Amino acid sequence: MNAPALKEWPLWEVFVRSKQGLEHKHCGSLHASDARHALQMARDVYTRRQEGVSIWVVPSTAITASEPDSKDSFFDPAADKIYRHPTFYEIPDKVGHM
Amino acid sequence: MKAPIDYLLHLADNALVLGQRNAEWCGHGPILEEDLALANNSLDLIGQARLLYQHAAELINSNASLAQRFAHLQGARQDGRVTEDTLAYFRDTAEFRNHTLMELPHHGPLVGYAVSERDYAVTIARNFLVSALMVLMWDSLRASKDEQLAAIAAKSLKEVRYHLQHAGDWLVRFGDGTEESHRRAQNAIDLLLPYCEAFWHPGPAESAAAQDGTGVDILSLREHWNALVNETLAEATLTRHDQPHPGYIAQGHTGIHSEHLGFLLAEMQSLARAHPTAVW
Repeated sequence: MNAPALKEWPLWEVFVRSKQGLEHKHCGSLHASDARHALQMARDVYTRRQEGVSIWVVPSTAITASEPDSKDSFFDPAADKIYRHPTFYEIPDKVGHM
Repeated sequence: MKAPIDYLLHLADNALVLGQRNAEWCGHGPILEEDLALANNSLDLIGQARLLYQHAAELINSNASLAQRFAHLQGARQDGRVTEDTLAYFRDTAEFRNHTLMELPHHGPLVGYAVSERDYAVTIARNFLVSALMVLMWDSLRASKDEQLAAIAAKSLKEVRYHLQHAGDWLVRFGDGTEESHRRAQNAIDLLLPYCEAFWHPGPAESAAAQDGTGVDILSLREHWNALVNETLAEATLTRHDQPHPGYIAQGHTGIHSEHLGFLLAEMQSLARAHPTAVW
């Protein structure tokens, strides 16, 4: 009972895996006092309609995001490099779906 | 083999009345996530109640002397037969077999018509005390000789395990939290624990069910329940003041209720009674 009460709960990002074998997908965020708390709330908020079989919660502060301002230098240079798409190969029929 | 009708109604009424109580938080939760959590909890409980009422209704409809006993309930019948809604919406206070604990309002002791702000500590403390019991009850009832009841138990066990985790977690946060949250959690525990004594004084239907193997010998769960409760209370730095038990033992499960149940039922049943043929 020594630590002062949190006035503001930190923000958490929630990732839900919808099916075994699929990846966890970001589905939203919530405020919670700690990781266990966040997990429990994520269960109640984001998996009520059978959306998931597994949940990750990550402190939002642990995510380093690209700057909206650097969008031009980050992403535009890729726009004219269509040879980076694997569309110039003939895929043999036998290979099936890749 | 079927469990005694009053045993099924006891289990169903416990779930329905607590589900209805907890539903009061819908739209009023302390935070959005808890609002949803409590609504989930209520829907789980009302879902359990529905299965139990359906089972009870079948039993009534297939037994002439039971059909006679419930003949005065005319609402929500289908082709003259009792339905889950007949049992939920058309029985009166004294016919309900839930523990008194389930019907108490979400605040400290006040007369039935008094209005006070709901205290989330009371909500959480009750959910914790009840869930600790129901985890043990449903676990044992999976072996009930009433196969349908055993199936309901298996489904309900998963739900109530989560309820226990949710309520236990919050109780620890409250108890081991700030000065105010500790005080309110302790008051809630002091208010509600004495009502739990009724768990260990089974009515005739519970004893009959324990005898014929369709129910649980509730006294065999007592030690385990105490251990569950004591462990969490210790972690929450909360104290038990209910031993030795101070006096009156609540008797809701035999049909003698507090003044609060009538108000709860009036609200819950009014729509079905005002529009008996309504469908939704």
